Amino acid sequence: MISLTVNGTEHSVDVSSDMRLLWVLRDILGLTGTKFGCGMSLCGACTVHLDGEPVRSCVMPVSIAAGKKITTIEGLSTDGSHPLQQAWVAHQVPQCGYCQTGMIMSAVALLKKKPQPTDTDINEAVTNICRCGTYTRIRAAIHTAAEKSGSNNGMKG
Amino acid sequence: MPMQQMSRRSFLLRSAAVGGGLLLEVTLPKSSVAETEQASAQAETSPEVTAWVLIRPDDTIIIRVARVEMGQGNFTGLPMLVAEELACDWSKVQAEYASTSEHLRRNRIFQTMLTGGSRSIRDSQEYLRTAGAAARLMLTTAAAQRWGVPVAECVAENSLITHTPTQRQLSFGAVAAEAATLDIPENPPLKDPAAWTLLGQPAARFDIPDKVTGKTAFAIDTRLPGMAYASIAQCPVFGGSLKSVDAEKIADMRGVVKVVPLEDAVVVVAKESWWNAQQAIRALPIEWDFGEHAHVSSDSILEFLREGIQLEKAPVSRHEGDIDSAFASAATMIEADYYAPYLEHATMEPQNCTALYTDKRVDVWAPAQNSEATAAVTAETADVPVSRVEVHKVHLGGGFGRRGLHIEFVRQAVRIAKTMPGTPVQLIWSREEDIQHGRYRPVALVRMRAALNAAGEPTAWTVRQAEQSIFSEVRPHLIRDGVDIVGVRTFADAPYTFPNMHMEYAMRNTHVPPGPWRAVAHTHNPFFRESFIDELAHAAGQDPYQFRRTLLQTPQASKDLAILDAVAEAAGWDSPLPEGVHRGIAVQDSYGSYTAAVIEASVNGTGELTLHRVVVGIDCGYVANPDSVRAQLEGSVVYGLTAALYGEITIKEGRVEQSNFHDYRMMRIAEMPTVEVLLKPTGGFWGGVGEPGMAPLAPALCNAIFAATGKRIRSLPLKNHDLRPA
Ligand code: FES
Ligand code: FES
Repeated sequence: MISLTVNGTEHSVDVSSDMRLLWVLRDILGLTGTKFGCGMSLCGACTVHLDGEPVRSCVMPVSIAAGKKITTIEGLSTDGSHPLQQAWVAHQVPQCGYCQTGMIMSAVALLKKKPQPTDTDINEAVTNICRCGTYTRIRAAIHTAAEKSGSNNGMKG
Repeated sequence: MPMQQMSRRSFLLRSAAVGGGLLLEVTLPKSSVAETEQASAQAETSPEVTAWVLIRPDDTIIIRVARVEMGQGNFTGLPMLVAEELACDWSKVQAEYASTSEHLRRNRIFQTMLTGGSRSIRDSQEYLRTAGAAARLMLTTAAAQRWGVPVAECVAENSLITHTPTQRQLSFGAVAAEAATLDIPENPPLKDPAAWTLLGQPAARFDIPDKVTGKTAFAIDTRLPGMAYASIAQCPVFGGSLKSVDAEKIADMRGVVKVVPLEDAVVVVAKESWWNAQQAIRALPIEWDFGEHAHVSSDSILEFLREGIQLEKAPVSRHEGDIDSAFASAATMIEADYYAPYLEHATMEPQNCTALYTDKRVDVWAPAQNSEATAAVTAETADVPVSRVEVHKVHLGGGFGRRGLHIEFVRQAVRIAKTMPGTPVQLIWSREEDIQHGRYRPVALVRMRAALNAAGEPTAWTVRQAEQSIFSEVRPHLIRDGVDIVGVRTFADAPYTFPNMHMEYAMRNTHVPPGPWRAVAHTHNPFFRESFIDELAHAAGQDPYQFRRTLLQTPQASKDLAILDAVAEAAGWDSPLPEGVHRGIAVQDSYGSYTAAVIEASVNGTGELTLHRVVVGIDCGYVANPDSVRAQLEGSVVYGLTAALYGEITIKEGRVEQSNFHDYRMMRIAEMPTVEVLLKPTGGFWGGVGEPGMAPLAPALCNAIFAATGKRIRSLPLKNHDLRPA
């Protein structure tokens, strides 16, 4: 049995210790918002947060995630109210949408570290693949979310 | 461990039927069950006012979508077509997929469920607008009848019907039940496009909110009680077959349920997770019979194409004037060979299908571009009447043509499910299976020749295409006198006026399975043509934009010319650029639309290419949702430039050499140039949108590289070229 904390909830899963976190999330816990795209840490569709750090769950043995705080897209907000999700809707970013949950998880991690990212910051942090080619809107949405939180911070003093 | 023997019958079926769409034409019965028996429970609470519109008493409007959303926005754009004529409150509209089984029971009442060829909007617009107008008339009539007034005194607007003389009002929801009982008017008048209020205005897409929360369930996200997972290994060499597997070797691995051998593949079914199935198939000792193509390589294929170039004669796709005398009197002759490689689609959601077989019915969930064909393939594979098949419609994680005609993953999943009745099985292809068992954009080698007279005017143009045909196998009626009529587009229908033209097509089919890749012939052929036109412009000592203009002066070419002009102007074609940055231009019509692009790029001393700016424009006639058009063009820039920069599937020992995104590289955000999309809809026609944006990108980029380096790129991808200035 391996104990996992996913989106604040404790789970105890009976899986082999080298099973990749992605498949535990998708197949054992039914959290299908995290996607399979390549299985080789190449595309980022499977991005989740481990103690706030973005990781590619398709190559992460579940044993390494045990005891850490795992956040998936389902844990970001259930109603799409996270500022990045709102910016994503405002810019109508997704096309097919398959890569987008991973994109958003990468962007969330970036904004945590760099609330006002430059284009270069975005280039370095958001290395996920979008086959539909939504990159221009992704960039714009990240800047919008950053500006919003910047002005909120300003208002709060 | 049980081993499932393949049945002879299914083998024959499999061999005979390459594409789902093809099957459709031979196996689907027309309506088999009386429509009246099938009144859905929904109809009682949401009366159906035409097949496309359901209206609830609370005024919620449900508009059915027959085609499938794979990122292009038709789940919103198609309802807009209905809603425009319905005169409903758009904020109360919801989109819902039309049921495939209902479609079949009701004599194909939703027309077609095929999604491809940039056809959703342009091929549905008339019947959907007509349905909206009919529904509005029915609702208005119902209100008029309730009031006992002439219909002519009533108008519908924003989901309300008003009796103009008395200003009485009824909502759509209040009269929907009565409206549903009326006859559907056949030819209701449609609005003048000038009066549209919804069409042509950007609308937020219905599918987007759930795509940012992870709630959207793609086929791969299907979760059913007791579901088993399946992973597949297919014979690496196309046309090979399975010899044997040592199933005992993996019998004790975690979760393994069974091994199912197919003719050219083997499947492991496992409990708990796809991870288990995937671990087991990787450990499974498999012996293949590679068949007769194990010696084929990209080199041998190129040689085969060269023979096609050298053939003395080939079927003619276009002939005008007298080539020989034009060439004889030429002041300048230009000749060049161009090449484009195989490409794989790499839909972000890998191929997959979930199937549940019971003695009563078969249910499938698949990312397929044609649910009607999915039903046909399922029925045939399961050997049940199609009336016992339910295809659950889901949004696709990308399509790009991969999953229209070719849905072998459905066939595979249904075959596996049939071996375990009552247990749902989810088959997922690994990315490696996806890249190595695609339906590839065909290889093509093209030789072009042109003559210029002493004034630098082009007088003659010949083209010899040596290309693999996508359709010779799956759509033989598209082959006319040896010419694949889709494969010759861009050349045979080129709008340029050369007084003398001669074009030939040498079909060169290899064992590598071809398929319609986004834009089909309008990806490689425009690269060939628009690069060559650039060569002519330079040979004639003319500006490449102006040179094209002079060749586009006929009335038939007026829309090509207009979009070329619009894009050149938006890009500031004649304006100075920063040091080292250069421009390239290209124009192309395809799928009933007109596109052009200007790309700004630079190449540094070490040969490193930087993309600075892309201006791409489209005239698609009328526009349903302009923001979706914009998004499709933006997406085309990435899809098209990824192919130009990196895209290449190579063959060694009969098999694909690439396997995942490390060796089949995709553009990422860091490589993005500034992208400016120019919408120039001129009205009067409906053109496609999903594919046309692809056409001008590769040539515009390669023409910019020529301007920057003096190097003419005659084969793709660019990663194979040394771009250091000569
Ligand atoms: S699925 Fe994990 S990086 Fe692609
Ligand atoms: S939106 Fe389709 S892959 Fe990114």
